[in-house]
Amino acid sequence: MTTVTDIPAAPAVKTARPPRKRGRLVPYWLLLPGLLWLVVFFALPMVYQASTSIQTGSLEDGFKVTWHFATYWDALGDYWPQFLRSVLYAGAATILCLALGYPLAYLIAFRAGRWRNVVLILVIAPFFTSFLIRTLAWKTILSDSGPVVSTLNTLHILDVTSWIGMTDGDRVLATPLAVICGLTYNFLPFMILPLYTSLERIDGRLHEAAGDLYATPATTFRKVTFPLSMPGVVSGTLLTFIPAAGDYVNADLLGSTDTRMVGNVIQTQFLRILDYPTAAALSFILMAAILIMVTVYIRRSGTEDLV
Amino acid sequence: MTTENGGDVRLAGISKTYGSFTAVKPLDLTVPQGSFFALLGASGCGKTTTLRMIAGLEEPSSGTVMLGDQDVTALPPYKRPVNTVFQSYALFPHLDIFENVAFGLRRRGIKSVKKQVGEMLDLVQLGEQARKKPHQLSGGQQQRVAVARALINHPKVLLLDEPLGALDLKLRRQMQLELKRIQTEVGITFVHVTHDQEEAMTMADTVAVMNAGRVEQLGAPADLYENPGSTFVANFLGTSNFIEAEVAGRSGEDLTLKAGDGKLVLPAARCTAATAIGGKVLVGVRPEKISLTHADDAGSIPDGRNRITGRVVDSSFIGVSTQYVIDSPLCDAFEVYSQNIERDSRLAPGAEVVLHWNPAHTFGLDAAQDIEAGAAKVEEDAAA
Amino acid sequence: MPFVRWLRRNLVVIAGLVTLGYLLLPNVVVTVFSFNKPKGRFNYEWQQFSLDAWTNPCGVADMCGSLSLSLQIALWATIGATVLGTMIAFALVRYRFRARGAVNSLIFLPMAMPEVVMAASLLTLFLNMGAQLGFWTILIAHIMFCLSFVVTAVKARVMSMDPRLEQAAQDLYAGPVQTFVRVTLPIAAPGIAAGALLAFALSFDDFIITNFNAGSTVTFPMFVWGSAQRGTPVQINVIGTAMFIVAVLLVLAAMLVGKRKNKAV
Repeated sequence: MTTVTDIPAAPAVKTARPPRKRGRLVPYWLLLPGLLWLVVFFALPMVYQASTSIQTGSLEDGFKVTWHFATYWDALGDYWPQFLRSVLYAGAATILCLALGYPLAYLIAFRAGRWRNVVLILVIAPFFTSFLIRTLAWKTILSDSGPVVSTLNTLHILDVTSWIGMTDGDRVLATPLAVICGLTYNFLPFMILPLYTSLERIDGRLHEAAGDLYATPATTFRKVTFPLSMPGVVSGTLLTFIPAAGDYVNADLLGSTDTRMVGNVIQTQFLRILDYPTAAALSFILMAAILIMVTVYIRRSGTEDLV
Repeated sequence: MTTENGGDVRLAGISKTYGSFTAVKPLDLTVPQGSFFALLGASGCGKTTTLRMIAGLEEPSSGTVMLGDQDVTALPPYKRPVNTVFQSYALFPHLDIFENVAFGLRRRGIKSVKKQVGEMLDLVQLGEQARKKPHQLSGGQQQRVAVARALINHPKVLLLDEPLGALDLKLRRQMQLELKRIQTEVGITFVHVTHDQEEAMTMADTVAVMNAGRVEQLGAPADLYENPGSTFVANFLGTSNFIEAEVAGRSGEDLTLKAGDGKLVLPAARCTAATAIGGKVLVGVRPEKISLTHADDAGSIPDGRNRITGRVVDSSFIGVSTQYVIDSPLCDAFEVYSQNIERDSRLAPGAEVVLHWNPAHTFGLDAAQDIEAGAAKVEEDAAA
Repeated sequence: MPFVRWLRRNLVVIAGLVTLGYLLLPNVVVTVFSFNKPKGRFNYEWQQFSLDAWTNPCGVADMCGSLSLSLQIALWATIGATVLGTMIAFALVRYRFRARGAVNSLIFLPMAMPEVVMAASLLTLFLNMGAQLGFWTILIAHIMFCLSFVVTAVKARVMSMDPRLEQAAQDLYAGPVQTFVRVTLPIAAPGIAAGALLAFALSFDDFIITNFNAGSTVTFPMFVWGSAQRGTPVQINVIGTAMFIVAVLLVLAAMLVGKRKNKAV
């Protein structure tokens, strides 16, 4: 036998033990600088903007807080078409991104084999070329005398799009179609990457199991693959819709005065007309609208589709 | 390297609570220098928490940890002369095997580590693999690196947290012997945490069975097996059959018990319950101690043996032995393991049989406890 | 019909490649038109092949100045955002503290906010404080919007790290500082690198927030924006093409290194 013994209720060895609060404060020190930065340069500006939106006055006499909420009504009354356009264009671009991005994400996740990294690089690399330069390239691609427009014309597609008001006669540039095309292009990687991430996590054996259980490839996709990729679909659509709704670069470079979005208005009011209260009110309405839409969307997809 | 009792681990009144949950109830335990000590229990019984408190990775809510004469309760892990072999090894993925093993020496400011590391790698037979990364090694090799990485520091105590859990059965058996060999060679105190009762019994010279944050029983493996102090230990270490009985009388060193219509004999020394006449006890017996005889041959059973009648419900042949399940009025699923020496072909399901065993193999427990305690836990673990 | 069957089986591949073409077409155009010799001020229609722009990339007034300014800002913004973001990520994963939910939303919100809203409100702040718009206000803004992305990238990596590795280091006589330098940092490095790379790309390419808060300072994207109104020099395409090539090479190198590192994890 061994000499192991149970010490019956051992007299506690009293030692002066320093209170060992190892690193109780460490997380706060780690968080402090970054959070301070966000509070001062992200949260605080929102407060300033809120106060600006209810000010009245002029550049010469200065602005004062007068609780002038009418600015919001006036802004909405004057600029509701631009708001509507922002939502429509961004929505259309998001749907197009999903339709275009899903096959590519699927291709990278399941079919690319050893080309996977190459394709991934090709998706990411354009990120590193200034997006303004790439957007300007669309002016060339969609130019009136270019091959794209003449092909669409020959196939009479432009007649259809003209009829629903997406294009104007023989032109694509300076029409809603050009803006949506530009938005789709610009935010496509934001759709592809989250989709790819969630598709890649799917165990390939699930496809085999579904096939084994009498599902056709189409059913397998509908009942297994797509539901499992929902987290990617949700974050992808958000990452596409939000920046697209606030964008004014595509509308400016590829559109015309008839395609102005709310971003264009905010930019002009702020930087050219210098009507700060209206600009602030507009940007607040945009923020609120997006936050509400996003919350509703996440709730819906969270409770009904994600579970 | 170590003083007379420099390797003793003494835990005094040590406990750990997380909020309202008590992981380890106040516990006193001494692990003597040079022993191979196992903490055995199901997951969540507090064995790993106890180990981590010795390592300094967990701060006890009360009590002290002593290493030899030194109170190390307040010392952070990197100041304790104790090393750990972690569950799933925790080898540094960005360092090669050599640097993994050299890690502790370098942190203590030792410059020339080459010779020591080389010797240690030879001890665990990995000299060839020194410049490989951990992920290039097999599970068993990684396990040996983890042991080498800890042992090279000549700790006073080596702590092993389920070190073999990730290995397959065959490799696990091999590593059990290997670890035992290393322990004998280096003579360092090993504290080994495991949920595998066979592993604990094979390797350790002392086993502490833990349940729900406290030590249920402590002793040498054979002692625990033959003389379990509670149904939990009886079920957790192997299988036990229990019969509820009443103390009928006493004759010399033995108690006579009444169970149903029958009579059983139990050595008084092997009963941990109160033995007043008329008191209830649980009579336990291990399945392999029981002999089966067909009812037709009942006359051939020698006198002086405990006997019960029953009917075979099920029998499964597993090579070295056959496992029978017997239905008897006293207990509805009696387990009996019998060696396949001379198989009686009449012992098929439906056969009437007599079970009999040497009374010296009977043990008695307090009747006021759950007969199933410990048995369910083993199944849960197997499922997990 | 073997062809139809082939088509059905490979439909997704074809669709994916079409999308890839859509994604890369502008880059092809940018590259091709960097060899153009346009008539007039705008480089939108093909005229004739020329190497003029490639032999004289800085031949346009102010362009290379704005490029170097953008690179400087991107560099400093990357350093700032990576340091601050890594600290936050570690705090979030490794420690328990109060108001975790509030911290998480403060980090999430900048990513869920349209740029134009952040840009306008930040400008309001600067105007109210009477700050001089220029290099510093741009840098402040860039660190602000890069921060959240770095936190997300680093957090993902740190979360997948086995906490037992750090405990093992502590068990092997490494104090808190040594543990961090010898174990935590090397293992978290790929996540930090990814975050930094993302921050660099975001900062270098940012137009909307910069445009609001730059005052009279001109970064490279602002130069391109301005030239879209005044006339687009071919040199813009040269820079665009060069950036694409450098980016592909960089990402390739990063992936090769990452592959080796990843194997080790």
